[in-house]
Amino acid sequence: MAELNVDLVAAVRKVWSGAAREVSAPSAEGQVGILAGHTPMLAVLRPGTVKVSTAAGQVAVEVHVDGGFLSVDDDVVTIVVDEVTEVSGRESALA
Amino acid sequence: MAGGSQRVYKQRIKSTQSLKKVFRAQELIAASRIGKARGRTAAAAPYERAITRAVSAVATHTATDHPLTTERTDTNRAAVLVIASDRGMAGSYSASIIRETERVVARLQAEGKEVALYATGRRAISYFRYREREMAGQWSYGSDSPQADVAGEIADTLLGAFLAPEAEGGVGELHVVYTQFVNMVSQRPRRVRMLPLEVVEGVAVPGENDALPLYDFEPSPEAVLDALLPRYVRSRIFSFMLEAAASELASRQRAMHTATDNAQDLIRTYTRLANQARQADITQEISEIVSGADALAAS
Repeated sequence: MAELNVDLVAAVRKVWSGAAREVSAPSAEGQVGILAGHTPMLAVLRPGTVKVSTAAGQVAVEVHVDGGFLSVDDDVVTIVVDEVTEVSGRESALA
Repeated sequence: MAGGSQRVYKQRIKSTQSLKKVFRAQELIAASRIGKARGRTAAAAPYERAITRAVSAVATHTATDHPLTTERTDTNRAAVLVIASDRGMAGSYSASIIRETERVVARLQAEGKEVALYATGRRAISYFRYREREMAGQWSYGSDSPQADVAGEIADTLLGAFLAPEAEGGVGELHVVYTQFVNMVSQRPRRVRMLPLEVVEGVAVPGENDALPLYDFEPSPEAVLDALLPRYVRSRIFSFMLEAAASELASRQRAMHTATDNAQDLIRTYTRLANQARQADITQEISEIVSGADALAAS
């Protein structure tokens, strides 16, 4: 199954980047889940939790965001947030 | 008399040596910070890239008119944001950024526009204050390591001015003057027109045959743009500030390196002069002794 290419970036640094199976984010109209093959989308995020899961079903990164936006284009998911307030999970997956 | 000049030279050598130590220390400090500054510029790059891509995606896929992208015709005020340094000791860094600002201001005034100055960095602030030029906003924030929240504050002020009605001092355009970091030896002042937004940099124009992806906007293109554009401006201003910081440190390192070299040259010159003076003293003493002995022998 195709994978998503995820970049999670904050204003001052890159928080996480890598391949993932599923991304869940709090869009303006409700929590959205994104799998490979999603239509191109640009969504405004409201405060909430962004969760990225890898192919094995593990949670790669789970962070609380205050707002930002998310873009999906050709299985490339970019989540842009102003600030990440609390990071759990394997942040070190990013070299 | 001759002994006096020896002492003077010794004194100068000593004071130049301590100055040299100061210059050397400043050079090393700048050198150690520059790597960090460039690292921060690099760290902020993905964010800016992502935002730029998204902004251009919205811009190419929708025909929405947003206040930030449209020209204002109701006001002829223009804002100029100067990003200068807080401290000197950076050679011509402050002078050249201020000169570029004056050029931009002069050009805008020649176009019949009223200029509102926004200054960051104590050097620019004191320059304009000394000349009794009114500043619409000023920030001094530690120009060699700018923080994202200060950039946000500056951007919010400027966006506020841009969106304000004409009567309340709204501005029709926003120019930013900062120092571009070309490489370690070359930094040049640069002017960028920030608002209204026009060309989005760094995005490949899709070819004729490339099918443009059809975007879903959530909740709506306008709302997405509303959320995106201020962020875009904020991240651009932050990246300008980071780049200016790297430039400032590079200029400082270079200026302090030159100062160290000059101090070394001075020390060498004074040492030579001191040696010469000592030699002259000795020669004089010998000739005094010889002539004294001659006089005794002759008597």
